[in-house]
Amino acid sequence: MTMAVTVTAVDKVFEAAAGQVVALSGIDLTVEPGEFVSLIGPSGCGKSTLLRLIADLDAPSSGSVEVFGTSAHQARVDQKYGIAFQQAGLLPWRSVAANIALPLELHGSSSVETRERVAELIALVGLDDFGDRYPDELSGGMQQRVAIARALAKKPELLLMDEPFGALDEMTREYMQTELLRISAETGAAVVFVTHSIPEAVYLSDRVVVMSPRPGRIAAVVPMALGSTAGRADDLREDGAFFEMITAVREALHGGPPASSARGVENR
Amino acid sequence: MTAAATIAPPRPRPQGAAWGSGGTARTVAPIVLGVSVVAVWQLIAGSGLVEAYLLPSPAAIGAEIVEFWPSMVSAGAITGLNALVGLVAGTLIGIIAALVASTRRSLDGMLAPIVAALAVIPIVALAPVLNTMFGADSQTGRQLIAALAAFVPVFLNTARGLRQTQPVHRDLMRSYAASNAQIMRTITLRTAAPFTFTGIRLASSLAVISALVAEYFGGPRGGLGGLISTSAASSAYPRAWAYVVAAIILGLAFSLVASGLERLVSRRR
Repeated sequence: MTMAVTVTAVDKVFEAAAGQVVALSGIDLTVEPGEFVSLIGPSGCGKSTLLRLIADLDAPSSGSVEVFGTSAHQARVDQKYGIAFQQAGLLPWRSVAANIALPLELHGSSSVETRERVAELIALVGLDDFGDRYPDELSGGMQQRVAIARALAKKPELLLMDEPFGALDEMTREYMQTELLRISAETGAAVVFVTHSIPEAVYLSDRVVVMSPRPGRIAAVVPMALGSTAGRADDLREDGAFFEMITAVREALHGGPPASSARGVENR
Repeated sequence: MTAAATIAPPRPRPQGAAWGSGGTARTVAPIVLGVSVVAVWQLIAGSGLVEAYLLPSPAAIGAEIVEFWPSMVSAGAITGLNALVGLVAGTLIGIIAALVASTRRSLDGMLAPIVAALAVIPIVALAPVLNTMFGADSQTGRQLIAALAAFVPVFLNTARGLRQTQPVHRDLMRSYAASNAQIMRTITLRTAAPFTFTGIRLASSLAVISALVAEYFGGPRGGLGGLISTSAASSAYPRAWAYVVAAIILGLAFSLVASGLERLVSRRR
């Protein structure tokens, strides 16, 4: 089986004024097709850097990154993945529909194809009636839905998300998490999801990859024994198994036995 | 034309900003003020306290406007055309130069001091030189002066606007494997556009003033600047003031059109 993502022995070193900063060291990671994997860890653990390497927005200093059996570069050129950032990054002068259409336009889809696909995507993320609105007329959650629709425009089998709900309020955030599970089930895409929220990672993921800083490396990979992500709903948040998984991830983050007080990690 | 020539474009008006009674007051207040000023001016000028050659009365100026209307229209057209040609040329050159400067830091370093030097060339010095260069019956010198005046704010604002591209937009376009031309068209130019139009708004008044002042230093008569200086020289002060009024209207027309364009482009950003 061709893996969605294969990261092998990757190091990433940034040249800074004060000398070299090792952002990532000895990273090995695979993501299966259709699998939901979260990267979690404190600030500076390199989780966003790792995502940017998979997206070929940065190049690794050593090691290799493959996406669906080709180099990360080729995968980017072939538009094998869609990406969403913490900032929605919508173009303020384009309507919602025109923002979603952007990747289609850039790759020469006909206007009929584009219109049909945009209509599908708007329905998928639940923004019917908002196609003609402009980003400054939307709430943060709605802007992020537009960004997700845009990321899905080319029907990618891999979705890369860098703290996409990090700027949202708690209620909107939980709602968006459930929406994301529905969307990822409908599209069947693999997801690599960067977050610093333990409950968010647990709720969404098949596996949670726990990272530790200085240098950034993978401390543990915790499989979530919570059933298929497609079958999850909000009642899971009050389930005993959910709390056990939160505890498991928290212990992995703190590197060992149960921590009496969780420091430096947001318990959201 | 100093550092103040770079001004951030206006933020879009928040949705549903108060337009009701506040809006009426905003329209009425300047009209009331304008009418009062003219009335007081008329009273002072009519009272004999001030000599008529120092401050002609609004009524006298009005009479001149009526009498010399055809000449004012043709003079306004001559000066207006010079200003427009200069504005368009200066804007195009300003945008192209800013694009060139944005491609390489070294080019930016080369262009910046030249633009700073151009910005402080006095029209007084340049106009006679250009008039001699292009001949006494040519408007080219004046158009060049207007172009020069317009170039500086358009260049400075566009150059600044081209540096405003958001990192998240750059990452996004890279993830789409977009070509440089696509990035330029979809992101960079559109981000810079409101800045460019702020530059054009500033340039529009400068182009009119420069075209007008350039007429003081030789070359063909017939423009508003030329007629203001001719009228003043022959002690026809109310007529000189009448041409000043025409110059004000011309300048306002330019800046209103430019502000309208600016608002249109800055609406969403």
